[in-house]
Amino acid sequence: MARFAVRRLLGLVAVLFFVSVLLFVVFTVLPAQNPAQQLAGKNSTPQLVASIEEEWGFNDSVPEQYLSMMGKVLTGELVSYRPEVNVLEQIVERVPATLSLSVGAAVIWLVFGLLLGYLSAVHAGGWLDRLLTGVAIAGISIPVFLLAPVLLYFLSYDSGIFPSGGYVPLAEDPWEWFTHLILPWFTLSVLMIGIYGRVLRSNMLDAMNEDYVRTARAKGLSERRVMTRHVLRNSLIPIVTLFGLDFGATIAGTAIITESLYSIDGVGSYAAQATANFELPPVMGVALYGAFFVVLFNALADVAYAYLDPRVRLGETPQS
Amino acid sequence: MAPDPQPAATPTREATRGPWAQAGRRFLRNRAAVLAAVVFVLIVLFVLAAPLWASHVADTGPNRNHTLEKIEVDGEERDVVSVEGLPIGPQWFAAGGKFFLGADGRLGRDEMVRLMYGGRTSLLVGITAALLTTALAIALGLLAGYFGGWVDTVIARTLDVIWSLPVFLIGLAIGVSLAIGGLELGPVELSGGSLLIPIGIIAVFSVPYVARPIRGQVIALSKMEFVEAALAQGASPLRLMWSEILPNLASTIIVFATLTIANSMLFEAGLSFLGAGVQPPSSSWGLMVSSGVGLLNTQPLLAIVPGLMIMVTVLSLNVVGDGLRDALDPRSGVEIEARAGTVPVEAPEGAL
Repeated sequence: MARFAVRRLLGLVAVLFFVSVLLFVVFTVLPAQNPAQQLAGKNSTPQLVASIEEEWGFNDSVPEQYLSMMGKVLTGELVSYRPEVNVLEQIVERVPATLSLSVGAAVIWLVFGLLLGYLSAVHAGGWLDRLLTGVAIAGISIPVFLLAPVLLYFLSYDSGIFPSGGYVPLAEDPWEWFTHLILPWFTLSVLMIGIYGRVLRSNMLDAMNEDYVRTARAKGLSERRVMTRHVLRNSLIPIVTLFGLDFGATIAGTAIITESLYSIDGVGSYAAQATANFELPPVMGVALYGAFFVVLFNALADVAYAYLDPRVRLGETPQS
Repeated sequence: MAPDPQPAATPTREATRGPWAQAGRRFLRNRAAVLAAVVFVLIVLFVLAAPLWASHVADTGPNRNHTLEKIEVDGEERDVVSVEGLPIGPQWFAAGGKFFLGADGRLGRDEMVRLMYGGRTSLLVGITAALLTTALAIALGLLAGYFGGWVDTVIARTLDVIWSLPVFLIGLAIGVSLAIGGLELGPVELSGGSLLIPIGIIAVFSVPYVARPIRGQVIALSKMEFVEAALAQGASPLRLMWSEILPNLASTIIVFATLTIANSMLFEAGLSFLGAGVQPPSSSWGLMVSSGVGLLNTQPLLAIVPGLMIMVTVLSLNVVGDGLRDALDPRSGVEIEARAGTVPVEAPEGAL
């Protein structure tokens, strides 16, 4: 087990190195335009451009620039161009909003997704299954680009039931924190509720045909006990890996869009604003720190999976 | 997945047809898939008709400003953009088809015209990126699956790495960096607004989702007897891959290509929504949602209509893709929803 974890974490370091090199190349080597020119503005003198190049180290050799950039990233000294503020501080300030959004949404999607999947599987083929399948497919099909504007318009602007966006820190006013986050949580979790419902349903239907389930029934266990203790329990294992991938992908994907749509001042909308202003260091910072987090989370999920399903660490192929 | 209704011992008419004709008939029997295909064709016709609508009905272009102009609605003059800077709402046919969906904001551009042209961009990016992804995935999948050994190790590990990355976030970063500075890589030079930038980003990051299943199939196919037979006849590796293995991948490729268009369009919408995809003044549906959200309070349709277009297009492609999968290979349970498919199906390491 420990060996599996160590191997997986070593792989993680390699991936992070790859990401940092990739981003570095994309940010400093590929662009045709001189970043100093961009910093200096349109009506700049050559002297100004030269002094900026000197100050920001754009003239150094490529490996030197990479090392200095990684130094700044690791020590948290990355600074944005205009205004010159510390990127890490800006990100840290916004982490609570992003975590409130994504952790809340993750709890909702796990609870409702698994409930939906469990009910569908237990009643497979019945009217409830068909109804829930319809709900799941609708959830999977609606992109955030449509869901958020529709919710915002009808439930906020038009009827005033929910606030129209923004973020209130939990410590400031828990109730306002909650009401401000309801629509964003829903927006972010709908897709996942659908997917998890479908995945759990099919996992459970597969598991129901296993011998150990027949054995459990033959022992005379109640149907409920067979379903929860035997079928559901084993069907949940693959969900762990799935969740590890999806939680990271959501934070680094849909959550960015959701934050911007609901004007939640989180890490994602910080990156989005920087994108709109063509500010590279914040985008770079968010992408690197975000990638670190996501990749780490994936690795942890893999280790957890190996812990739950010994076949993985013993090198056998899992059945599912 | 409908069970094959062919337990027949004697060859029926159905069985005497070629496999493609049979698949076509199966697809046509699937009502949802046929409906979705019709919807998709209608969407394509809709965006192709953009110049016609622009010149004959709306009498404007997608990027023409009408800020200070007035239009005649039922014999009454109305500002395209009000004094407060608010655009006119949907006119439907009240102004002879002009500003059918209203104006898009302060600039007073015709929303309907932009929707049609924006759809062209969205579809163009989605389809081109999907074709590129599929081509790359076929090449990598064939090489890795056929040769095995270190070639396979390198390709499979690279795909694993891309798979584990937060691709959207990294795509966003690359998109914004290249949108500012353009791209200069040897002989390749792209301006910041080039559509090839989002297309390239989307295509490369989508490769693992298609290449991994193809690789798995190639590994399985290369152990089949007909491949061995061709090998015994002295066929070169290229010939084996091209004329023995590739034709057997056709149905997988068709299904994945269809579904990849849908995913690429969502990817493009996300990038463009955040300003790292299609660059103004070009429009795309994602970009239109992004600019429409600011006016949600007064003109909700500006964000909702392009959002709806994204959903309908993606949904129709997904249903067509599912229908194709059922039609082309009614028995197979090809894992389509890559991420949703739990642990990726992989052949045991060190096979071959």
